[in-house]
Amino acid sequence: MEELLRNYLPIIIFLAVAIALGLVLVFAAVFIAVSNPDPEKVSTYECGFNAFDDARMKFDVRFYLVAILFIIFDLEIAFLFPWAVAFKDVGVLGFWSMMVFLGVLTIGFAYEWKKGALEWD
Amino acid sequence: MTSADFAIVLPEVLLAVFAMAALMYGVYGGKDKSAGVILWATAAVMVALAAWIGLNGEGSNAAFNGMFIDDGFSRFAKVTILLCGAAVLVMGETYLTRLDLLRFEYPLLIALATVGMMMMVSAGDLMSLYMGLELQSLALYVVAAMRRDSVKSTEAGLKYFVLGALSSGLLLYGASLVYGFSGTTLFSGIIQTASEGHVSLGLMFGLVFMITGLAFKVSAVPFHMWTPDVYEGSPTPVTAFFATAPKVAAMAMLARVLFDAFGGITGDWGQVIALLSVASMFLGAIAAIGQRNIKRLMAYSSISHMGFALMGLAAGTVGGVQAMLIYMAIYVTMNVGTFAFILSMERDGRPVTDIEALSQLGKSAPLKALAMMVLLFSLAGVPPMVGFFGKFYVLKAAVDAQMTWLAIAGVIASVIGAFYYLRIIYYMYFGEEGDALESTMSPVQWLLLVGSAAVMVVGVVNLFGLEGMAAAAASALVN
Repeated sequence: MEELLRNYLPIIIFLAVAIALGLVLVFAAVFIAVSNPDPEKVSTYECGFNAFDDARMKFDVRFYLVAILFIIFDLEIAFLFPWAVAFKDVGVLGFWSMMVFLGVLTIGFAYEWKKGALEWD
Repeated sequence: MTSADFAIVLPEVLLAVFAMAALMYGVYGGKDKSAGVILWATAAVMVALAAWIGLNGEGSNAAFNGMFIDDGFSRFAKVTILLCGAAVLVMGETYLTRLDLLRFEYPLLIALATVGMMMMVSAGDLMSLYMGLELQSLALYVVAAMRRDSVKSTEAGLKYFVLGALSSGLLLYGASLVYGFSGTTLFSGIIQTASEGHVSLGLMFGLVFMITGLAFKVSAVPFHMWTPDVYEGSPTPVTAFFATAPKVAAMAMLARVLFDAFGGITGDWGQVIALLSVASMFLGAIAAIGQRNIKRLMAYSSISHMGFALMGLAAGTVGGVQAMLIYMAIYVTMNVGTFAFILSMERDGRPVTDIEALSQLGKSAPLKALAMMVLLFSLAGVPPMVGFFGKFYVLKAAVDAQMTWLAIAGVIASVIGAFYYLRIIYYMYFGEEGDALESTMSPVQWLLLVGSAAVMVVGVVNLFGLEGMAAAAASALVN
């Protein structure tokens, strides 16, 4: 057990250094830096003209939908690449496994298409 | 070899293929108008699969190099899960139709969750276990938030999702430690590295993290906090589903991990499970006293019942697993009946969940009130209802395993818990006159309510042979 823990010593040291450095930089800015704010200084900066509205605004939920759909097909690619690289070794079973996987994804895709998830309006 | 593998997983494959085909039919053909047809078809497929698995299953078979195990234990759990799922589907139909919530995706999500649960109870490997668990959980997150225009339902979905993700994270962390220290993800390999007195510290940490993750899924105290909110916020048919099938699946999966992968160190995890058991029984019994909402009350009731089922596991013996299986089968039967009743509670066409609304139900609907009374007595564990025998088996298993203190704690907790069940009966028969509850019940709901109440009374003769089936299932798991 001790042997194992010793292997992790560099990580502990690294963590300690990272945390200490981070704290030093944050608190140095608080304690050492000159600070005399005025309304102009603390107002939102937006390319030289006055800010139009608050930065915390609602996003259309469809952005999330598109993002989620993107992730699914992104992951599909992540599975396809190693499969394609090892294509000679995976054999018939590997080939059909991937075909079934793609088939299931296609059914999901057909569903979302028909449901109108891909249309913006 | 591959065709033999597929022959073993055929029930799961069929259900998954059915769900996908019905999805295509629903979205291209009937739309939400066909939701009723799809719902009944799904329930029929689930009952057919349950009959097939129950009648045809033979011996212990392993598929895909031991990643999928089909044995007596998994068959027992699968039949219970499939029957529960089918019962909950058909009894929720009228409720969902009235609230305009019956979309065709609902029965399909339940079917996919059921496929996940069947994977969970058959998992012989950490990876297939996690796959089944996630398939179940992701489908359940969606159905919890099915009522999109209700703040409570979306809150329930989000809460369930966030805490479910947290528990999956804990489980995965535990699984990675177990893999790291045992060098394999197969349960049959892990059990060889984990024998009494020779457990490395890392493996122990992994075991505890995995138990934590799984305890979230069975909502055992102290990992129960999501349960009341999720039960209250979800549409009632979904709550009925949460309270039955996933509980059986999670409990069976916990038993599978503990016995198949860590069966050599029962003493080590036995204390952890015993602690979860005591805490769940007492918190479930005491916290339910303050509840006026019957769905929240049932949430605490389920926490308490999970405590009793865990008591069987804590014993770490064949008798304990048998008691746990009997307990879960009885528990889901009672809950199906109780939720069939809760689904019918409404006033002026709107569902109500306040327990005081049940006042004087004994006069306005005598048969329903009688059936509900039988179920509540059974939930409380009052002899001679079947619920008493469920408790009797787990208490006996605990005593046989030299855990008398655990059994005594269980008895005390069940006495405390009896109070809130009896209070509902009090309202039904001696409550003050008020606005009467409307008793609109679909024939299916009526059948399930009266049927499960009848089972609670008639079953005392021989428990319908449940004892022998559970014994066979338990001996397939523990060896």
